[in-house]
Amino acid sequence: MRTICVIVRRELQSYFATPLAYVFIVIFLALAGTLAFFVGNFFDRGQADLQPFFSFHPWLYLVLIPALAMRLWAEERRSGTIELLLTLPISMTQAVLGKFLASWIFSGIALALTFPFWITVNVLGNPDNGVILASYIGSFLMAGAFLAVGSAISALTKNQVIAFVVTAAVSFLFTVSGSGIALGLLKGWAPQSLIDAVTSMSFLTHFNAIVRGVIDLRDAVFFVSVIGLFLYANTVIVDLKKAE
Amino acid sequence: MARLDADAMVDVRHLSRNFGPIRAVDDVSFTVGRGQVLGFLGPNGAGKSTTMKMITGFLAPSAGSAAICGADVASDPITIKRQIGYLPEGAPSYPDMTPPAFLRFVANVRGYRGAQARQRIETAIERTSLQSVLTQPIDTLSKGFKRRVGLAQALLHDPPVLILDEPTDGLDPNQKHEVRNLINAMAPEKAIIISTHLLEEVDAVCSRAIVIANGKLVADGTPDELAQRSRHHNAVRVVLGKGADTAAQELGALAQVAAVEHETDDEDDKALMIFAREGRSIVADVADLARVRGWEVKELRVERGRLDDVFRQVTSSS
Repeated sequence: MRTICVIVRRELQSYFATPLAYVFIVIFLALAGTLAFFVGNFFDRGQADLQPFFSFHPWLYLVLIPALAMRLWAEERRSGTIELLLTLPISMTQAVLGKFLASWIFSGIALALTFPFWITVNVLGNPDNGVILASYIGSFLMAGAFLAVGSAISALTKNQVIAFVVTAAVSFLFTVSGSGIALGLLKGWAPQSLIDAVTSMSFLTHFNAIVRGVIDLRDAVFFVSVIGLFLYANTVIVDLKKAE
Repeated sequence: MARLDADAMVDVRHLSRNFGPIRAVDDVSFTVGRGQVLGFLGPNGAGKSTTMKMITGFLAPSAGSAAICGADVASDPITIKRQIGYLPEGAPSYPDMTPPAFLRFVANVRGYRGAQARQRIETAIERTSLQSVLTQPIDTLSKGFKRRVGLAQALLHDPPVLILDEPTDGLDPNQKHEVRNLINAMAPEKAIIISTHLLEEVDAVCSRAIVIANGKLVADGTPDELAQRSRHHNAVRVVLGKGADTAAQELGALAQVAAVEHETDDEDDKALMIFAREGRSIVADVADLARVRGWEVKELRVERGRLDDVFRQVTSSS
């Protein structure tokens, strides 16, 4: 545990040592605000809730999280520091967890900095703060799932651009698998069980359920399972690819 | 290969590693004991780095095993990583960190905290002379300083086993000298493996050298033993003055002489390299002949053998 903390701290330091952290946070906040106000009609709806704000998070993460995740392992492999890291007395699991947790904490910091939205709706009306809290937790869990996918893919390549593009593509599939685009492709020929399976893999479906205030533990379990699965894949991939 | 000492701190047995169809390391065995500095020689791509990666637990071997201080690398990776200080090829380190921040990370991962960590970091910085670059990100440092940051990281926990992949690559002659002094100073209480393709380095720091080519171990011995396999072993270099026109033929006719080569042949001086048959001592014969013929001997030197020769000989034949 202590070792994981040391790795998390180093990773976080390296985020803030470069402009990456500030660029990411500023763009995340600017886009989250713009989308909520102008596309989501935050004010015109006349409702004191954060649904227009949260409903854009999957699409925001789709673009921004791959940028955060792409460097996790690709950079270590390109610069050769992976050899240094993995010959220190730490296990592969500790290394993977440490790097993932650092990026997750970082995305949590960016998410937490959206608190003025929460203040705004509380000043303007009486929102259901329980739903807002659940939405924040849901958004954080979803960010974790995107990051786990990105971390595993980042271990596949030394090239950060490839890591970015592939992560974005895979994340897109996970996001839209519950939307009309994916289901339209399947409907008419695929058995209902397949359609249900695809729908149940969708980040969007699970996240929207949380945001609507339908608090179901299964949605949280889904994201945690995705994180667990991809981090496990991550350790396997790092082990396989580290020598190349 | 004979096992020289029972209490080997590094014990490598029949190590092999395949990359797809390529056999990068092929059945390499050796041991290194306390107080030994083992020079790992070989052409680029011979398998030096791959062998080191397997000893340090970074790469799993395709066959064979390695043990550090009695612990098996495959079954006990964390234990052996605590015993090893490792400078990977190219001395990688995190470019956005300063040397002290980087060393603090390594110290913390190795379990040092607070004052103890500070003490370790200070000592490592002192030993590798990093004092002048403490505030600069590693990214901005010269190649020599980067290498020394890597060395500092490897020495930090004062490990019983040091594995250094090309520790002096990219250093200027003064820095090379410093690093070699450092290695020599640490040698008595550690087992050290350094890889290099600089043969002078083997002479300067190694108590034993092994040569690998195409993944196979092709030579193992002290630098002197290896030098004896050179055709220059016991060769005599003479510089003769005027009036020794027939010297080459006459020296070549001596019973123990294998060959004579002209090194330079200008108006005044004639420099000859006289090779001995099977490394026998021929200096007396050469000196006698010169005296009898009345040649003016300006210089006369016995060669102990050249590692370059041996290196080329053993690595090109396989």
